Formats: sequence, structure tokens, C-alpha cells
Amino acid sequence: MAALLGRFCRKLSFPSSSHGARRVSTTACESETGKPLNLYSAINQALHIALDTDPRSYVFGEDVGFGGVFRCTTGLSERFGKNRVFNTPLCEQGIVGFGIGLAAMGNRAIVEIQFADYIYPAFDQIVNEAAKFRYRSGNQFNCGGLTIRAPYGAVGHGGHYHSQSPEAFFCHVPGIKVVIPRSPREAKGLLLSCIRDPNPVVFFEPKWLYRQAVEQVPEHDYMIPLSEAEVIREGNDITLVGWGAQLTIMEQACLDAEKEGISCELIDLKTLLPWDKETVEASVKKTGRLLISHEAPVTGGFGAEISATILERCFLKLEAPVSRVCGLDTPFPLVFEPFYMPTKNKILDAIKSTVNY
Amino acid sequence: MAIWFARSRNLVSSLRQNLWLSTILVKRDYFPRPVVYTTSRLSSTAFLGPLTSLRRESTAVEKQLDLVQQIDVDDAQELDFPGGKVSYTSEMKFIPESTSRRIPCYRVLDEDGRIIPDSDFIPVNEKLAVKMYEQMATLQVMDHIFYEAQRQGRISFYLTSVGEEAINIASAAALSPDDVVLPQYREPGVLLWRGFTLEEFANQCFGNKADYGKGRQMPIHYGSNRHNYFTISSPIATQLPQAAGVGYSLKMEKKNACAVTFIGDGGTSEGDFHAGLNFAAVMEAPVVFICRNNGWAISTHISEQFRSDGIVVKGQAYGIRSIRVDGNDALAVYSAVRSAREMAVTEQRPVLIEAMTYRVGHHSTSDDSTKYRAADEIQYWKMSRNPVNRFKKWVDDNGWWSDEAESELRTNTRKQLLQAIQAAEKWEKQPLTELFNDVYDVKRKNLEEQELGLKELVEKQSQDYPPGFHV
Repeated sequence: MAALLGRFCRKLSFPSSSHGARRVSTTACESETGKPLNLYSAINQALHIALDTDPRSYVFGEDVGFGGVFRCTTGLSERFGKNRVFNTPLCEQGIVGFGIGLAAMGNRAIVEIQFADYIYPAFDQIVNEAAKFRYRSGNQFNCGGLTIRAPYGAVGHGGHYHSQSPEAFFCHVPGIKVVIPRSPREAKGLLLSCIRDPNPVVFFEPKWLYRQAVEQVPEHDYMIPLSEAEVIREGNDITLVGWGAQLTIMEQACLDAEKEGISCELIDLKTLLPWDKETVEASVKKTGRLLISHEAPVTGGFGAEISATILERCFLKLEAPVSRVCGLDTPFPLVFEPFYMPTKNKILDAIKSTVNY
Repeated sequence: MAIWFARSRNLVSSLRQNLWLSTILVKRDYFPRPVVYTTSRLSSTAFLGPLTSLRRESTAVEKQLDLVQQIDVDDAQELDFPGGKVSYTSEMKFIPESTSRRIPCYRVLDEDGRIIPDSDFIPVNEKLAVKMYEQMATLQVMDHIFYEAQRQGRISFYLTSVGEEAINIASAAALSPDDVVLPQYREPGVLLWRGFTLEEFANQCFGNKADYGKGRQMPIHYGSNRHNYFTISSPIATQLPQAAGVGYSLKMEKKNACAVTFIGDGGTSEGDFHAGLNFAAVMEAPVVFICRNNGWAISTHISEQFRSDGIVVKGQAYGIRSIRVDGNDALAVYSAVRSAREMAVTEQRPVLIEAMTYRVGHHSTSDDSTKYRAADEIQYWKMSRNPVNRFKKWVDDNGWWSDEAESELRTNTRKQLLQAIQAAEKWEKQPLTELFNDVYDVKRKNLEEQELGLKELVEKQSQDYPPGFHV
């Protein structure tokens, strides 16, 4: 079904939806056909559809006019006009603040932050304004039409400021949603859901996959539901939970583990806030073991939240401590990236030690 | 900028006729005159002419002026850069850090409430003037009573607009009800003008069941979608870039309305001030930015806030037309805001107004300003520079007001407020479920679980929790 070129250039496929158990890939698609598209093209398609279906939607941010530094906004300005697709001054707090104002007037503001590493000037607007807009006004006002897109994650050579995974900061903010797709087909459906969701959403796009990931993406307008995790690989011995580009690595670790007789169940969380506890809980109750992996530093990372929650809910079913294979507690390094990253072998080692606990 | 002048409305043409003003305003701000450079000796006080080229598309009038420029300036003397043509000079001159004179302040009424001869202003008829005065007085009484209520422990917090009644009411009077207001927090008069009742103010301060904000925020954080008044939030200046977005939305919908947003002198130091003005200018959004320069940001005097000549000079840095107005002169504020609003809507551009005033009250009920400023300074502004008294004199002189009317208004308003407070205090509290609603559009499982857990706890250990919140 899906062909995904991983960073180690191995062909991978995700299991087809034949098992019929809880929340296995049953993404509503009229047909599995479509064109092979990479991630930025899938996102581009979603944006075209979003702007086409709602005349009150806008796309803006730094350099989006000519197509964007990652080409996600190609063709939009030519097709929908400079009034709806435009460059903004270089000012993230202005971009998000302006977007909140537009959204508060009932428009859909699809805002781009050029790199997630640069989202912090907008943190006040996101946390203190967007997240609280509806609540503080007693539902008289809302900025649900706001969607903030930002490329995140390791890219091989990004260093401190082109590789960050800041999702954990945002997962601590009631009132916004945080969504991270794992592949082109997922990205298109999830992004359309985010845009149309009546709550402000932060959508992190794994920049590593912009070109690297190619998948059959249906050409029509479809949405993948938020806050529904997906079991993308069934197994019995251990549950692995991840999101975004890291799933590719985890998938490889699962394949290696299978050769050694360990059956791994792999879950794509997709929405980190609010997250689907039920799917993860059901899985861990079956397997008795949990491993979480993310690129962001381990301390205070979102894996800690998943670990604490599952511990509360599944304590007596656990055969081993919850394992977290994550980035180191350092700024994202350049030459040391291969050492910093939660690699396939680090995950494989953790799978084995968890199973053999 | 030059277009506005060319339209020559009464106000504008009489401004030009006022020679004193024209030498300052015209020279400095409105005419992109050809810049003439001499080989005179270096002088640090030498003042380079106003901005010449603009990157955006010129209007017809500006194209004519550009032609004028080309005639006077030798083409060979110009350099082409990404921002457009700019003349060059071999003389090294620094633009001085400030102009030799401060930007003057537009006013209409003198301190005795008499119209200064030959003033430009938009006339205010009896009905409007009386309403404006009544609302200014009402705001005074409201501030006094709510402040006292906080002191008595009946509400947890309050902040007054004492000394800024003219800005509050006159600006509101100058706007249309369709203009969308994004306040900071010292502009309840705008909401009052638009019809928010004293009871509605009281309900928010008490956070009772009738509060539209559902008791979630501190007192004075009013908001009303019916009145096009965005809910107040405590962080400073966050509303400014939002106002640019609101203005852009109105522009795209071709509405006959603009965004109007308020900020204090302190707030202009925030990054969001820069973001808001820059975005509004680049996006050509109809936004009126009104800065209440009241001299103090809590205990920080403006001398510790910026080194510029106040806020008005910052407008030009963003390509925004701006004016400094006497914020304690209701007629001047009315004219300035009305004109700014018209410009914003008809020309689809932002405008900046710096309203000079003084914060007579403490920053809030959590502040005692006598700790950082002289009591007689406060007293001076309260008594001698009182905007309400000043406007009252003008209204009185016109024969539109009387002592009876004054006494009746103040007595009735006071009574109404005391009743509103008593009623608000007794009103039912918000049900506990409102703690969990509106975080998202629909309440999710996670919050449902937390709500259930809390309900059980409250039922089991009710003594740990304040009474009156129905589960």
C-alpha cells in the first residue's frame, strides 16, 4: 500500500488494513489509488483543497508567496491571488497574532512558521491568546480557524536551529491541538482536519520527509480524524508509540525485532494533544510493555506524559518499566547528530531489554 | 500621505491655512519634497528631508509628486536600490536623535473649556455633547464605586480610568458600532458608550452566573461580541497584531468598518507593538491604533520607557500616518478619532493616534502610586487638568447642562451602581461545569473524566471548597 523511503534508503511498507482489530488503518479513502506524492506535495494538495473549498481561508507566512522554502505553498498565490496567499514581514509574533485576528473574525488562517525552531516569539500569542481565546471570552469569541504549520525535526545537517522538535512545549497548553503526521497520505488528511477543526491547531511537519517520503496519495478531498491514534503494525510482545518521522525508524526496529522472535505493535499517535489514551491503553493491556520514542530530548519530552498516564492506567498489566528512546538532553548538535538521535539500534536494544526484563 | 492632503477636507485645508502648523506638519510629514543637499559643513543638527521613495505602488497624486521630484533632482544623483530610488550625498550627515521641536499636540478646547479660536474640529451637536458628558460622568461614578467595592473586599480586583474619561468616551463616540474594538484594559468607557449596562459590568466583576465571560477571568476583563468589543486579556499589546488581522478581514469583506485598538505608553515597548504596526502598514489594513500616553506604566515613568518623542514619531517609522492629540480634550479626541477612522476605512490604511493624558488613579487596586510619584502631581492633574470638568464647562457654556442635571445624573448613577453591585453579589454563581467548557469547542473525554473526578471530590469533601457552585 504505502512505499516509504526511509533515511537508510530501505523500502518499507505499512501493513494493509486486513486485521480488523481496534483502530487499525481504516482511513476512510474511497480508493487507495492516487498519485505517488512526497510530503510537501501532499501538503500542497491539502492547501489547494482548503483554499478552494473555503473562500474565507488564507495562507500566509514568510516566503509562502513564491512557494515557500520547502515548496509546500507552490501555486497557491497564482491560483488564489495575493490577497489570500501572501508573504508577511519576518515576525513570528506578528504572523500568529495577525492570524488570530483573522480567525477571530471567522476566517481560516493557515499560517506558516518557517521552521519550528523559530516559533518561540509566537509562543505568547499561541499560549496566552490563541489557546485561551474561546475560554476567556465565555465562548463569545474564538479563533478556531487558526492552523499553524511548521517544519520540525532532524534533517541530517540542521544543527541547533533547523532540527528542533518543540512539540512538548505545546502539549502542555489546554486549548490548542498538536498534530504530527507520519507520511504524505496522512499529512494531507490530517492537515485538512486541522484546518477545518474549530480549535487552534499546531501542525508539525517532519521536514526530513518532505522529499524523502513518497506514497500513494488520493487526489480527492479527505480528512483523517484528530485525536485517534492508529495501530499501524500489530503485535503481542511490546507496544511502541511514536509520531512523525520517528515512526519510520521504529518500523525498521520492529522488523529487526521480528527476526529475533519479538512481535511488536506499533502505534502512530498522530494527535499529541488531546491524545488518544484509549488506543494506547488497550494495546499495552494486551502486550504488557511500552516503549516510546521521539527525537526531542528525553527530559520533559512528551514521552513522559504517555509513560505517566499508561503507568496509572496499566500498572498491574506491565511486565517491565516503560522505556523511552529519545534525543539526548542537549541542544540539537550538528556533527554529533548520529549520536544524538534515537536510532534504530537504540530502539532495538531497548525492545530487547524491555522484553527480557 | 499626500493623498489625504490633496483631498482638502475642511479640517485639512484649515490645518494648512494655520501657518504655524503647516510649517511643522507639512514640511516634516506630508510633502515628499525634493531633497536638496548642499556641501555645507557637517552639522549634527542637520535634518535630512522626509522619506522619498516608497516601495508600494504609487497613487495618481503620488505619481505627480514623483514627477515633481524628478524635475528638481538630477537623475544622475539618484541610486537604485531594492527599496526604490534614493538620492545620494557626499556629505556625511546623521539624522538627529530627535527633532528640534517636539511634535505638537492637537487640541480644540482650552483648560477653561472654551474653543480655541480658529480651531479645526468636527462639530458636536447638543445631543451628542450631552451624551458624551453623561457617559464621562457615569464612567467616573462607576470607577469610584467599583474601586470602593474592591476596597471593601466585595470584588477581588479593579482598575480605574480616572483622568482618561475623554479618551474613553470621545473615541467611542467617534466610531461606528461596526468598528471592531480590541482594547488593552483601561477603556471600559468604549464598552459603556456602546450600551454595556452597569449590571453587565458588575456581573463580570463578580464573576457570577450572568457574566458573559463565565467567571473565568479577573474583574475588568470585559468582552462582548454583541458590542464588537473583544474580550480583554491581561498580556500587554497582544491585541495589536490581532487588530491588524481583524482590519484585514474587514478589508477583504469590504465592510464599512475598521479595527480600533488601544494601548498604553508602556505597551509600545512590547514587540507586539512593532509587529502590529508593521503588519497593519504592509497589509494596508484599516486599523486605528490609539495609544493612551498617560505617563506611567505602573511605577515606570515614560522617561524610563523610551527615548523618543513619545509614540507619535514612531508612526512614520512604519509608514503610518500619525497625530498627537490632547487626550484630555474631548472635542479634539473626537475629531482626531473620527478623522482617523474615515481615513482608515476610505483609504484602507492604518492610522496612529497618540492621546496625551495622565493616569490620575493608581495602576490598579494592587497599587499605591504615592509610593513612586508625588501626591501633589496627582492632585494637580486631578483638579486642574480634569478632562470631565473641562468638557463640562464647554457643555455648560452652551447652555446644554445644569446643576440639577448634574446632581440628578450623579445621584441616579450612583444608586444604579450600588443596586447593580448588590444584585451581582447575590446572583447565583457559575455552575462547576463551566470550569470545563469552552477549553475546546466540545468537551473531550479527558476533561469529562476530570470533571467527574472533581464532582465526586466536591461531594465528598464539600468543606474544602467554596459554596454555591452547583455541581
